[in-house]
Amino acid sequence: MSRNLIIGAGLTAFFTGLAALSFLWTPYNIEVLDIPNRLLTPGGAHVLGTDHFGRDILSMVMMGARTSIAVALVAVGIGMGLGVPLGLWAAARRGSLLDDLIMRGNDLVFAFPSLVIAILITAVFGPSAINAIIAIGIFNIPVFARLTRGAALPLWERDFILAARVSGKGAARISVEHILPNIANLMIVQGTIQFSLGILAEAALSYIGLGAQPPTASWGRMLADAQTLVSIAPHVALIPGFAILLTVLGLNLLGDGLRDWLDPRLRVVRT
Amino acid sequence: MHHFKRLAASTAVVLCASGALAQDSITVAIQLEPPNLDPTSGAAQAIDSVLYANVFEGLTRFDADGAIIRGLAQSWDISEDGLTYTFNLAAGVTFHDGTTMDAEDVKFSLDRARAEDSTNAQKALFADIAEVTVIDPLIVQVTLSQPNGMFLFNMAWGDAVIVAPESIDTIATNPVGTGPFTFADWVQGDRLELTRNENYWGAAPALESATFRFISDPTAAFAAMMAEDVDVFVGFPAPENLPQFEADPRFQVLNGNTEGETILAMNNKVAPFDNPLVRRAVTHAIDRQAIIDGAMFGQGTPIGTHFAPHNPDYVDLLANSQFDPALSRSLLAEAGLADGFTTTLKLPPPSYARRGGEIIASQLREVGIETEITNLEWAQWIEEVFTNKDFGLSIVSHTEPMDINIYANPDYYFQYDNADFRAVLDELNATTDPAGRSALLAQAQTIISEDYVNAYLFQLGVATVARAEITGLWVNQPTAAVDLTGVSWGN
Repeated sequence: MSRNLIIGAGLTAFFTGLAALSFLWTPYNIEVLDIPNRLLTPGGAHVLGTDHFGRDILSMVMMGARTSIAVALVAVGIGMGLGVPLGLWAAARRGSLLDDLIMRGNDLVFAFPSLVIAILITAVFGPSAINAIIAIGIFNIPVFARLTRGAALPLWERDFILAARVSGKGAARISVEHILPNIANLMIVQGTIQFSLGILAEAALSYIGLGAQPPTASWGRMLADAQTLVSIAPHVALIPGFAILLTVLGLNLLGDGLRDWLDPRLRVVRT
Repeated sequence: MHHFKRLAASTAVVLCASGALAQDSITVAIQLEPPNLDPTSGAAQAIDSVLYANVFEGLTRFDADGAIIRGLAQSWDISEDGLTYTFNLAAGVTFHDGTTMDAEDVKFSLDRARAEDSTNAQKALFADIAEVTVIDPLIVQVTLSQPNGMFLFNMAWGDAVIVAPESIDTIATNPVGTGPFTFADWVQGDRLELTRNENYWGAAPALESATFRFISDPTAAFAAMMAEDVDVFVGFPAPENLPQFEADPRFQVLNGNTEGETILAMNNKVAPFDNPLVRRAVTHAIDRQAIIDGAMFGQGTPIGTHFAPHNPDYVDLLANSQFDPALSRSLLAEAGLADGFTTTLKLPPPSYARRGGEIIASQLREVGIETEITNLEWAQWIEEVFTNKDFGLSIVSHTEPMDINIYANPDYYFQYDNADFRAVLDELNATTDPAGRSALLAQAQTIISEDYVNAYLFQLGVATVARAEITGLWVNQPTAAVDLTGVSWGN
């Protein structure tokens, strides 16, 4: 296993672990404000200090990890859940009108700047974590659809698929039983990358106030709240900033490492 | 070497030029840009912030402490019955377009403001005027339908300034007034420029020109001030940064008060806030000091009613709504809501609302009231909360001076409907003797405090950050204004 994979998996596991732990325990309850103890520097009773409302920043980061990971996970789920079947379908009916319809539809979604559409969706339906999930999810669909179709097309020319067709299997069954397992590693790698983009998108939306609403903690909003405090209490802005940075870095390294690890062509070189 | 000399010389010239410029021009930042430039029809405060006392003047005006002083009217006589006001206008006053300002213009301005089809945002100011008569070019007589002790105060508002009939059609983009500065240019979204009116009838201002800029983002405001891109910021949006300006010898910080009663508005016609017990429970759940410290970094004075504490007629009613979560819970139980309830909390952009909202949500949660917070932009807030009254709770600062009369309007957004209160206000309007007025104002303050119409939080402070050399700025904001008449670079 490469160093990338180990570092990436470690960082991802760390933040996922923080998020999971937050369901059971956080050092402080972030819904209780403690104004007299605001803007404490890291150390002492509050390991990472407190924010402008006297909330414990470590607890906020843990709850924020939960929000970020939940939003990104569901959004990638939407993208994969709809994008992969669409891609498989288009590949199975390659060259047909249906194939064109699916792929041009994808191009249409791709053509819009994703964050602008996300802002539009949350502006129309109101800002909330659910709408942020939907907005980010929609833009994951064409990514997976296109990737799936591209990877599936050459497989359809291969002999083992021909054998399956000769044995009487339909296109749908071949797609699920033979194509999908052969492109699964690609999907896992892409899923990891999309996951990191999802976390960035969630942070961006909450930064401009269109993501999860208070009192739900969110890294993006922690950053926005801390903006004017940078010169007097830099840790309040730096800590959520680093949380986003390290999570996204971890996921990208994990994606890279997984690709190297799962790609059969690279595996030959390595062994 | 030649090059160097030339460079040095040109640098010296540039330095001199900028030094000379700095002496008689000023760049002032405020948070919001005016939507148009007509103070006699627009409701937006930003219009007055830029134009009041600078471009437009009324018969009377507010001074820096909120007292009513002479404006275009140099003196006035009030008849025995309090119904007739005779104003003697200043002589030799011309509008910026060169036309003369006389009694006809006063009549035109007041008649326009009180007309049936007037779009004036504060028509109530003119409601008692029965007739405006021109006696001679410099004397105008206003007859009231009933005595109004507030009439001279009403005439000082930005909504009551005197405008030129010839300029009305284009006033929204090209305001023509009588003030010490003339409107020069407005680049929408960027800046608005004023230049000195060389023909001003009063004492000429020290400044040659002034540029207004509009910065609502707290981070950008901090950066612009620190980089000295702006010389003055009136209403600095980030109270947390003030200590840094105070510590910096380049700057001065003026901490003043405003007429802004910051309240947690409750929708009095929507369940469960139609029950006074519930409204009372909300007020006892709130710890004002935590909000002032947490949202305003200590800026603000707690209030117990809808009245400015620096006003001599203010009554301290904080005791009616002391922070007492236990009492709050028992009141909720008495109202049949022992398990609490869920409501909406809609917040406009200023930090007193956004931060204050999070603090209040946490305080209300302690007594079992869950809130769904929605952050709104101003336009959305005006539509959803102010116009459509679609809200449970909201936080806003009421910055108009002496605006307790909004409680007499049952259609006002918090929908308080109390005939007794209206009777007190009617009596107040008909009373001119100061002692009687004080007593009635005290009564009005007490009624709304004991009815727990809204939760009264604190009087909004205003911080002006300015370059240390600048003198003559208003510390307080008795009305929305950035009066540049007396401002200079202190030399």
